[in-house]
Parts: sequence; C-alpha cells; structure tokens
Amino acid sequence: MTAELGHFALALALGLALLQAALPLYGASRGRPALMDLARHTALGQFVLTAIAFAALARAYVVSDFSVAAVAQNSHSLKPLLYRLTGVWGNHEGSLLLWLLILTLFGAMVAVFGGSLRKTFQARVLAVQAMIGAGFLAFTLFTSNPFQRVWPPPLDGAGLNPLLQDPGLAFHPPLLYFGYVGLSVAFSFAVAALIEGKVDRAWARWVRPWTLAAWAGLTAGIALGSWWAYYELGWGGFWFWDPVENASFMPWLAATALLHSAIAAERREALRSWTVLLAILAFSLSLLGAFLVRSGVLTSVHAFATDPERGVFILLLLGIATGGALALYAWRAPTLGKGAPFRPVSREGALLLNNLVLVTACATVLLGTLYPLFLDALDAGKVSVGPPYFTATFVPLVAPALVAMAIGPMLAWKRGDVAGALGRLWLAALGAALAAGAAFAYGETLAALGLAAAAWIGLGALVEWGERLRVGRTPAGEVWRRARSMPRAAWGGGLAHLGVAVVVAGITASQCFQSELILAMKPGDSARIAGYTIRYDGSARVEGPNYRADRATLSVLRDGAPAAVLAPERRFYPVERQHTTEAAIRTTVLADLYAVIGEEDPQAGRTVRLYHNPLVPWIWIGAIVMALGALISLSDRRLRLAVPVRRRRHPATA
Amino acid sequence: MRRLLFLAPLAVFAALAAWLYVGLGGDPARIPSPLVGRPAPAFAVDGLATADLEGPALVNIFASWCVPCRAEHPLLTHLAEEQGVAIYGIAYKDRPEAANAFLAELGNPYRKVGYDEDGGAGVEWGVTGVPETFVLDAGGMVAFKHTGPLTPDAVRRDLLPALGR
Repeated sequence: MTAELGHFALALALGLALLQAALPLYGASRGRPALMDLARHTALGQFVLTAIAFAALARAYVVSDFSVAAVAQNSHSLKPLLYRLTGVWGNHEGSLLLWLLILTLFGAMVAVFGGSLRKTFQARVLAVQAMIGAGFLAFTLFTSNPFQRVWPPPLDGAGLNPLLQDPGLAFHPPLLYFGYVGLSVAFSFAVAALIEGKVDRAWARWVRPWTLAAWAGLTAGIALGSWWAYYELGWGGFWFWDPVENASFMPWLAATALLHSAIAAERREALRSWTVLLAILAFSLSLLGAFLVRSGVLTSVHAFATDPERGVFILLLLGIATGGALALYAWRAPTLGKGAPFRPVSREGALLLNNLVLVTACATVLLGTLYPLFLDALDAGKVSVGPPYFTATFVPLVAPALVAMAIGPMLAWKRGDVAGALGRLWLAALGAALAAGAAFAYGETLAALGLAAAAWIGLGALVEWGERLRVGRTPAGEVWRRARSMPRAAWGGGLAHLGVAVVVAGITASQCFQSELILAMKPGDSARIAGYTIRYDGSARVEGPNYRADRATLSVLRDGAPAAVLAPERRFYPVERQHTTEAAIRTTVLADLYAVIGEEDPQAGRTVRLYHNPLVPWIWIGAIVMALGALISLSDRRLRLAVPVRRRRHPATA
Repeated sequence: MRRLLFLAPLAVFAALAAWLYVGLGGDPARIPSPLVGRPAPAFAVDGLATADLEGPALVNIFASWCVPCRAEHPLLTHLAEEQGVAIYGIAYKDRPEAANAFLAELGNPYRKVGYDEDGGAGVEWGVTGVPETFVLDAGGMVAFKHTGPLTPDAVRRDLLPALGR
C-alpha cells in the first residue's frame, strides 16, 4: 500500500507542477495577485508530496519490501540499515526521486524565503521552477517509476554494488544533487529576468545566495566523491577524468564563473547579459550531466543501468529547457543594454579574465568528455580520451587564472593599478619564490610551479585581508574594529581563495612527491617507504555482515619504534559475487601512508601495495575550506536581506 | 551583428543536441573493427606474441590506470575460471609493475599477459580505448571486437556465440 501511496503522491505533485507552470505566468502578465500567490502554495505542496513519495520509497527499503522492483534489484535483507537507507538513491529510479525531492525543496525555499522579491518576479521564477519540476516528475512517472511492483516478489534482493556500500559514497549523491539542482534556481531567475526584460543589481544580488548554496553543495559533493575514489578504489588516485566525474565538474566550473560574474553585475552592473547566460549554462550542464549518466551514450563505471528511451526523454528535457532559455536569451538579451564601462585592468577586468578561463576550461572538459561520442556520430572510430588529454589542456589553461587570482581582489573597480597591486603583494611573491626554491631543491620543476602558485594564492588572500584591515598601519584596536565590521562576503571570498591554495598544494605535492612500493610479502617481511618501516605480521579471515574478508596486519615502525598498525582488507561479497579492496590509511595531515593488499600466493606471499602520499589530505581540507567560505559569504547580511546595506554613522538622519 | 552574437549560444547548443541525439542511436560498446574476419595481427611484446595465441580465445586489452577495466574484471575471472575460456591479456601503455600489481590485487584471469608499454601492439590491434576485447575463433581469426567494459549481456549475446559456444 505504501508504495501505491508514494506513486499517487508523485502523480499529484505533477498535477500541481503543471498548474504552477502555467497560472502564475498568466497572473504575472495580467497583474492578478491571486494567481501569482498560487505559486507559493503549490511550490510548498509539491515539496510535501514529493517528500511523502520519498518517505514511502525509503520505507520499502528499510523494511526490505521486495515486491517493489527497485528494492528487489538493489537491496538485500542482510545489508546494514545505513546502506539499505542510502541504497534508496544508489540506483537510477531512487536517485531521480532524490533529485525531485531537492528540486521541490528549492522551489519551496524560493516560496518561503523569496518574500523580498518583486511579486511578479517571484511568480515567474516559481513558474519556471515548476516547468523543470514537471519535466522531471513526468520523466520519473513515465519512464522510471520507482514504485513498480514485481510479482511474485523474490525471496531476497539482488544486493547493492559493494563499492557503493560505503559511508563516503552514501552521502555523496545528496550533496552533489543539492549542487546540481540548486543551480536550477539560478536558471529560473535568469529565465524570469529574460521574460521581464530586466536584469539589474537587485537581480544579481538575488541570484548570488542561491548560487553560493548550490556551489557549496557541489564543491563538498565533488570532494566527497573524490575522497571515496581515493580510499575505496584502492590505487591511491583521487581524480580520473571519468565522464561521470566530468559531468559534475563542468557545472562546478560554470557555477564558479557565475559566482564571480554576479559580483561584477551586482556592484557595477557590468557583464549582465553574460551573467544571465552563465546562469543558464550552469544548470544546462547539470542537465547534460544527468543525460550523460543516465542515457548510456558514454560508458563509465559510475553510469546507471541505462536505457535509450530514457536518454531520449532527458535529451528532450534538455532541449526544451536549454534550447528554450537560449532562444529567449537570443531574443531578449540584446535589449538589456550595455553595462558600465571599465578598463581591461580593473576588478571587472579581472573577473572577466576569471570567467574566460573558467568557461574555456569548462569547454575543454566538455570537448574531452564528448569527443568519443562526436567521433562515433561521424563513424570515425572510437576513442577514449584519458587523463593525458585533460592534464595537457586543463592545467596550462587554468595556470594564468591562478596567477591572476591573487591580483584580482587587489584591483579597484573600473580602473585598477596592477603595479600597485603587485607592490602590495610582495609578501605573496616572496612566499611563492621560497616555495619554488624549496621544490627546485628536490629537482621538481612542476612541483615548483604548483607550490609557488599555492603560496601565491594563499598569501595573496591573507594580504588582501591585511590590506582591508590595515594590519601594521593602524593600532591593533582599530584592526579589530575593522575585522568585526568587514562584510562576511569578504571573509568568505578570501577563505574560498585560501581553500583553492590548499587544494593546489595538495594536488601538486601528491602528484610530484608520491612514493609507491609494490611487493610480495610473507609474514615477518619488512619494507621501507618514506622513512617508515612496514612489517607484514600476517593476515586473518574476518566475517562482516554481508561479506568475508582477508585482513592483513601491517605494523608501521618509525626509527624502530611502533608508530601505527595498518589493517587493509580484501573483501568478498557473496551476494554480488564481487571483490573489493579496503585501503588502510594512516594520515598525519601532512601525508598519508596508504596500504592495499592483493591475493595471497602460496609461494611468493601476499601482494602488498604501499603509498606515501604527501599533502593528499589537503585536497579535501581545501575543498571543505572553499565550501565553508561560500557558507560564510552566504550569511552576509546584504545577501540575506537581499537589500543593499549602507552603513550610516547617524541612523537618525537616515 | 550584435544580435547574431546573442544567437551563437543557441546555435552551438542546437548542434550539440543534434550530436547527442545521433549518439543515442549508437551503442557505445559496438563498433566494427577492420580486423574482423582476418587473422590476428602480427605483434610481439614482452610476454606475448601472435604465435602464442591459440583460438578459440579472448584477447583483452587492459591497463591498471583504466577504471572500467576494474569493472569488467570479475566477469573475465568468471569466464576464465568457471567457463574455461582462454583469455590473453595485453597491458596497454602501462608499466609492467603497475600491471602486475593490478593483477595481484584483483586476481589474474589471463593465460598469458603481454606488456605493451609503448602501445606498439595496440596500434597493430587498432586499439582505440581501453578496455577492448577481441574474440579469436578456433582458426585464430578475429571473430568479434567489443569496445568498452564487458557486461554480462554482451558476453551472452556476442562473445560466447563468437567463441562458438
């Protein structure tokens, strides 16, 4: 019964979405407040109904109701409760329902928190949001019904891919979808603004918080996914330029560009039509990602079981949403008028440079991801574009942006002074030179470049704060007063840049200074890696809830004294008939000691792989710092109230 | 002129959408290979050469750096261990140590492994991406080529019939 209830709730939600897509638009154009207000109620209703459907599906998983097809195909009664629950979104149908839940949640938030928006504008935003919702609800109901029953129900389920039975991956989709779907709000804002033909500072100020929230989710989601790949896939890498990874990275790049161009649009009314275009593109790339993952056009380990019929449906959605928005853009954007003029060397110029680099980088990734598909369509043969393409194109493209990143925030609006900015950045330049020198001493040119960039950006962010607070030029009390009154957005922006510096340092050091050792070990054998001695003490068979494992004991000795014990496992999941490796990682934050085991050979012993990965945790720490920066910026009073705040000395005269 | 500029995104998107639609029609795992119907190409790498291949067998191109190769690995193991299919592996553009570590970790389903570190054998086989799997029939002729990771469906539908089972 519960499953039918869920199905029914989804159908009702579709009905509400259709109403909400049409009536408020009509109401806004005719000035009918009742029709415009309707949107707020239906948006809440859609969310409640979708939440009911989601709860119904979650219940089916928790109680292992194998008469529901999705549960029978993806769950198993022996699976721990956490993974039964997270298994809800571990497959195509359920993940679509999660997508809908978050989409309607964002609609409801626009309804609740959008009180300061113009009435007509809010109604139009919600109508566009409902169009997207209706598309995905129809997609779910007609091609991917999560509540489909099977008869007779199987005795037990088929299980979930063991690689996915992991806490890191359990929470990766919700965060990632929060980001993907959050960008739909920016999209709806852009389309509504094009309908109204008005993109002003207030518009840019409204778009920023939604984009910031989505961006924070996307950043955290991507980081969690890469962390999972690092410790679960078991060969020490963290990013593989896999089509599905790229599908999340492209919207991230576009959203990053959008965040920056919206600053210029808000402060200077510059880059307005460009910002609107970016808002459309960012969500379109989310949709494209959904298409790539769910249609089967590309082969990938992450891809869901696919079906061409679904591919056609998503492509149709993509065509209507993106094609419609871009057609509207082509029609209305020329009338938006030009923004305030600025010199190439200015804050606006720096933001534009940032945008050009990010969009070009995004196009490069798009090309690399779709290239095999293009050649296929031309019947020119098949290729897979691997990491070599991406490192050869992406890295050099992004490098100038890293250099400019420290300078941009130091430039004045409208017309800046690069020489002056560089003069004030002497500390960052000194740090970069020292970092480069240290890396050169180890004979690593690439590391020198990467670490210099990290020092430059990180110190640049600190110098920028120092400049704003006038550290060293005013008494400490004055610095403190300035620190307290500095806008949260300035703290957040600087923190996000610091996060980038930390990520760049982590990627550089882990790529250039990694040590790797592969050997066959018998109990009692020792090996040396990066100053540690690793002793293999033997292995034992352990039983998990739904797997068997060989667990090895590796003692880590530093200068002869025991420092830690690593216990990597090789697991076998009988239901799915699949082996997985569980890496054992000992981290000191400055470096990871990483061990994986392979099969045991009676003669040679057990294969053991050891890695020493310097600074690798910084990649994820940096990503968290970036997301934190976005959240702090989000708490800025100016964004929360969506009104410009002028600090006045004498409130009485205001 | 300025208006045309604003039309550009729409035009680019339309072209992209058309490509994607065409792409949907094709099955990414199925592509013709000019080798089908001809003898296995002449190649010799460390560990494996044309003369070593005895059909019916599979020739699997893999690499330790290839994520989909991990995905198809259990299937290869199943074919080798439970169905007794002879499988030859060619580690494409991979260091021999890395390839060996990959096999030590996941198990080695191959009768013999060739180490094609510089990708020379890959050229002879017309490898376009990893993984790829060729089927050799009893006479040593290339009977089928599968691109991308193997799936149970592909094995049942294409590989086993091509092997003559």
